[in-house]
Amino acid sequence: MSRRFTPKIVTANALVEGDVVYLTADDRWSRHHAEAELIEDEAHGQIRLIHAEAQQALVVGACLAEARPGPNGPEPVHFRDAFRARGPSNYPHGKQAAGIRETGNV
Amino acid sequence: MYDYSDFDTAFVRNRAAEFRAQVARRLDGSLSEDEFRPLRLMNGLYLQLHAYMLRIAIPYGTLDPTKLRQLAMIAERWDKGYGHFTTRQNIQFNWPKLSDVPDMIDALADVGMHAVQTSGNTIRNVTADHFAGAAADEVEDPRPTAELIRQWSTDHPEFQFLPRKFKIGVTGSAHDRAVTRSHDIGLRILRGGDRQTGYEVTVGGGLGRTPMVGQVIRPFLAKDDLLAYLEAILATYNRMGRRDNKYKARVKITVFENGMEAFRDAVEAEFDHFRREYSGATRRGLARIEPFFAPPTFRDAPEDSYLAARKADPVFRAWSDTNLAAHRAPGHAIVTVSLKAHGQTPGDATAAQMRLLADLAETYSHGELRISHEQNVVLPHVRKADLSALHAALKTEGLATANIGLVSDIIACPGMDYCALATARSIPVAQEIATHFRDLGLEAEIGALKIKISGCINACGHHHVGHIGILGLDRAGVENYQITLGGDHTETMTVGERAGPGFAYDEIVPAIERLLRAYLGLRSGREESFLDAYRRLGAGPFKAALYPAEAARDAA
Repeated sequence: MSRRFTPKIVTANALVEGDVVYLTADDRWSRHHAEAELIEDEAHGQIRLIHAEAQQALVVGACLAEARPGPNGPEPVHFRDAFRARGPSNYPHGKQAAGIRETGNV
Repeated sequence: MYDYSDFDTAFVRNRAAEFRAQVARRLDGSLSEDEFRPLRLMNGLYLQLHAYMLRIAIPYGTLDPTKLRQLAMIAERWDKGYGHFTTRQNIQFNWPKLSDVPDMIDALADVGMHAVQTSGNTIRNVTADHFAGAAADEVEDPRPTAELIRQWSTDHPEFQFLPRKFKIGVTGSAHDRAVTRSHDIGLRILRGGDRQTGYEVTVGGGLGRTPMVGQVIRPFLAKDDLLAYLEAILATYNRMGRRDNKYKARVKITVFENGMEAFRDAVEAEFDHFRREYSGATRRGLARIEPFFAPPTFRDAPEDSYLAARKADPVFRAWSDTNLAAHRAPGHAIVTVSLKAHGQTPGDATAAQMRLLADLAETYSHGELRISHEQNVVLPHVRKADLSALHAALKTEGLATANIGLVSDIIACPGMDYCALATARSIPVAQEIATHFRDLGLEAEIGALKIKISGCINACGHHHVGHIGILGLDRAGVENYQITLGGDHTETMTVGERAGPGFAYDEIVPAIERLLRAYLGLRSGREESFLDAYRRLGAGPFKAALYPAEAARDAA
């Protein structure tokens, strides 16, 4: 018996900056985890991943990552994805830095 | 310090131009990521968790003020104002934009530096004793040998597609500060029966998922035979090394699976051939390179002011107790500048700190700097009479931490704060251990101790050879830290023994405290270090301290 599908998002790194990005339901690449499309169906996930992988001019390393619904949108499940969504713990760099909180597309 | 020849300059300029064109083709869509990835890795450019990372080679850890100032400029102009020094004596920038990297590489070429072969299945940056050319116990400066190896291995057409990466380390002292036994090839310069210097050659060392101590393949190799013998080892490995499984592809596995005897026989057969081909090349190469590393003229000076400063200033005394090593020249000392200020990231230096160090090297250390594999900066040639002024200057940029060789002088890889391969964080564990023992006031009491932390099994943080090693893992989606005990990175290299089950992130610092309090209670006296006590007593009492509940149950 195959394992039950758990919700996912599509994530990647922006080609130029390398910053972590998330695929939204309306086909944008957002810098914010909460704006990601939460994918609850396995077949739909595969379609979204293929769509993401084709965008080589914008992103690198598209993949599916575990996520769960939260009050403001999808939230990371694994600590690695939480770090990707926040930035390193030794400096206030990356997404946690002030000024990168606003919505931005690739 | 070696100065690039016209040949070297033309090579790095051509490579920089080639990579600029490759980046342009990636950005305009002519190259896919699959096509571009091996090209960027050949030029030291990784894609990490949050951004790209550019790893720049610092051959045998030697820098001059011009190079260090350029690194400071690069950090400020294209990164976030700091750089991270690594256990392979490299520097990494954690935040470059892909579109800026060609300019960064041009800026490196301007000062005779590059990022070639800092990644990929090639011969990586050659490392050496960070006290080279200064240490009192040195037989010979290992840097001419290391520079010759850099020239031989850079863009060597036979060895661009090895089964796996390949690391060479060189020391010129019997006391091994360069961890040569953990290298694919380790070289130790020693004197032969006829007083001529040559090399003890070890092969098959390595850390990572299968840690092994390098074994001697040649007890004494005549100097003139160096390049022929290296070529023979690499050619043998290139042919015999496994390519079917990347976890069994390092030369340590080749030696282990075939046996040292069979591997040595194969090397000797190749050596016979290359010896004729290389006739005289090592000698000519070293003769060309050695003058660049001629020792500076050391002028002895009275030590009265140094001794007076020690008496008058307890802060200076504490620093000079921990951060100085014996220099070969009278009236001089080797200064290790700590990049481990309590609570800071091990190995990180700001652009301002780099500029200050460049200035101080110029004023006090004959224009020489070294990066140690322990992620500190070394000013190798300082007159004792200048130490007090140097210490005062270091204080202005937070560089006067007196902790070399103590509990807070921790090696830590970038871990999951940056690295895409990591399974857990390392940096915050190092930061918390350092501040915790400072706050307890136990650092001086504990004395000599090497704690080394890796955020994954690949062991960039050398955890296997830490007196206390910490390995961060992902256990069912939670960070978990395994402790190894009794490791040793020196000429008596020993792989530490796993103590038992791992600890959660918030349990690791208390576990280290229990371990070190047990040591303080068990040691025979202040002069018995943690490692000595561990060797005398065995793992038992230390495991009991780490796992008190289990120990109590066993005792019941």
